[in-house]
Amino acid sequence: MNSTILQTATRYLLPILLLFSVFLLLRGHYYPGGGFVGGLVASIAFVLHSFAFGPHNTMKLIQYKPLSLIPIGLGIAAVSMFLPTFFGYPVMTGLWLEEKIPVIGMIGTALFFDLGVYFVVIGVVLTILFTIALNTEEE
Amino acid sequence: MELILVLLIGILYAAGIYLILRRSMVKLLLGIMLLGNGTNILIFLLGNIVKGKPPIIGPDLKVFTDIYADPIPQALILTAIVISFGLTSFAIVLLKRVYALLGTDDLDNLNTPEEEDI
Amino acid sequence: MIDNQIIATVIVHLFIAIVQLMLWRKSTPQRFLSVGGSLLALILAFKLFFKVYDGGILTMNAANWKAPFGIVFVADLFSSTLVVLTSIAGLAVSIFSCVGVGRQRILYGYFPIFHFLMMGLNGAFLTGDIFNLYVWFEVIIISSFVLMTLGGRKSQLEGAVKYMAMNILASTFFLTGIGILYGISGSLNMADLALRIPKIQNQALVEITATFFLIGFGIKSAVFPLYFWLPSSYHTPPSAVAATFGGLLTKVGIYALFRVFSLLFIPNHFAKELLVVLAILTILTGAFGALIKTNVRRLFSYLIVCHIGFMIGGLGLYNKWALLGAIFYLIHDIMVKTNLFLMAGVIRQLRGTMDMNKLGGLYAQYPKISLLFAVVLFSLVGIPPLSGFWPKIYLFRDAFQLEKYAFAGALIIGSFITLFVIAKMWAQVFWKDTPKPDIIEDKFAGMIGYKRTMLLLPVIMLASASLYIGFNAEAIIHVADKIATQLLDTSPYINAVLGGQN
Repeated sequence: MNSTILQTATRYLLPILLLFSVFLLLRGHYYPGGGFVGGLVASIAFVLHSFAFGPHNTMKLIQYKPLSLIPIGLGIAAVSMFLPTFFGYPVMTGLWLEEKIPVIGMIGTALFFDLGVYFVVIGVVLTILFTIALNTEEE
Repeated sequence: MELILVLLIGILYAAGIYLILRRSMVKLLLGIMLLGNGTNILIFLLGNIVKGKPPIIGPDLKVFTDIYADPIPQALILTAIVISFGLTSFAIVLLKRVYALLGTDDLDNLNTPEEEDI
Repeated sequence: MIDNQIIATVIVHLFIAIVQLMLWRKSTPQRFLSVGGSLLALILAFKLFFKVYDGGILTMNAANWKAPFGIVFVADLFSSTLVVLTSIAGLAVSIFSCVGVGRQRILYGYFPIFHFLMMGLNGAFLTGDIFNLYVWFEVIIISSFVLMTLGGRKSQLEGAVKYMAMNILASTFFLTGIGILYGISGSLNMADLALRIPKIQNQALVEITATFFLIGFGIKSAVFPLYFWLPSSYHTPPSAVAATFGGLLTKVGIYALFRVFSLLFIPNHFAKELLVVLAILTILTGAFGALIKTNVRRLFSYLIVCHIGFMIGGLGLYNKWALLGAIFYLIHDIMVKTNLFLMAGVIRQLRGTMDMNKLGGLYAQYPKISLLFAVVLFSLVGIPPLSGFWPKIYLFRDAFQLEKYAFAGALIIGSFITLFVIAKMWAQVFWKDTPKPDIIEDKFAGMIGYKRTMLLLPVIMLASASLYIGFNAEAIIHVADKIATQLLDTSPYINAVLGGQN
């Protein structure tokens, strides 16, 4: 597909969508949003890019294999899950910093868990989509 | 509203089971997806469909006094959707591979004589 | 009592999987990590088991939300025994996989997925929340899908389609059951549900819900008439994978049936009769299916189905001694079935085929290995005093005492046919003359020493576990007795979870 309108629009939409995904990620604890939705929006941004420019160009844009995001995300989520055990709480208990930080808001283990989910979702969705897209091109 | 949803659940289950019983792989996948959606709506229906009644206890009360929208079914559906997203995407990739390998969509043809394996 | 030790095995497997994902495509470190991690998990599982055995039921409220509002993990004796068995089988399979699984499959992420599967199994055994059980089931089936398709040969993918369709269907039934259960009772915590379900006025709806659970778990544990997917898919993946599936995956379904039908839905007369009838039909179909198969692994697949019936029957008889027998059989079955498929893998390495018509002469060439295999096969058949013998005594006795003569007959037929097919297999694979030499493709003879050890060590390990179960049956009966008591009298479980507040 080679549509100038789509390509031009994608150039502007990609950063906006990524920013929106981070926004969704950060407001997720008390409002609708969160890691899963944020990750989906971020991966949809890349999917849009691959519609406009083809999956090969998107892979060039990302540089790293999306698969490598999965262990990173899982690692962040798992560590934030098991961090409370070192303080004598049960697994997954929320630990929060006392001070509020501007823009981000409250920082706690739940936020890092969401961050991990965010990376895992991007990694999984992009891996699946690239697998399907590249297989189709080969045929 | 409830009645419409109940009918919808029935239709989704019926259509899903009908599609699963067909011989085509794509219809099998669609049937599984419809069944999953029917289940999700079923769970949704169980959580009291009311508008503008969040499950928050007023400051001067100890228990719920009014009917409220139960948040747990929504959490369950969310989890179920995420899981079915993973399952469905895996199933699509699998069926695509099978189709590429066998060149057929017919489930009855999935019976090549066994090969040897490690 | 808050105790994070309960889910230690889950944590270990999760972290192994994550680190292995970071070591993507580095097969040697992954192998070491897998064996080491499985060993650690085994030690932790034993620690948990002895703690539960001595100190009673342990619980942990995840995220510090009090039960019944949060997700609770419970380690009673039944769960912790199964965690120990899972860890033993997991260690054996992980050692076997180092050599028995092709390098290509390891490069495509065999080990991380295997550990996710083990994590799912441990989680499913330990959770005390019905929806959380569903989530662990999904972790298990997604990992098993990947393991099943890894390698991507034709027959494997064909088997995977059937496996996938039936398992997703089972999950949908299970989820529907959970939905209705929540709708009528308003809780998801199993201990809380156990208190609430008897108070529900519309008991007919409870029975319908129970049917949903029975169908869902029935598909997963391959109960008649829902077992067809098992023999048509278990012979396709590599033997290490088939060993995990055959030994553990169907047993999760059995565990869930036992848990749900002892804690939530106490079976009434009709349900007991139904379970016994299902058990009889499962035994017979599995046994007759095994009679005509010539492929070693297909034969074992049908034997899995056949022996599932023994356990379902024990649940259907539903008194203490029958449950004891069924649980003893479960303990024995996990060890032996895992070992059978590992043995099939070794046979494949020795001869390059698993078709009994092309096999033969193994006893002449490898007498020691053959004797080792004979021990396992005798345990399976239940020659006294080996492990398969003891649970059958309890099941027989109770079938007679409760005048379930059809079930007793099915037990006898099932055991005899098992004996017959194993004898036939022994004659065909080990005693028959070696077929024409041009078919043989002996990878084993060319292997260096440590690789041979890696292939045989897991078989020896599981065989000695079977021998231990057989010769020290008194200890196992003692454990099974305690488990059966806990299953029949659920008040300690409920008190442990809800803290006695009722």
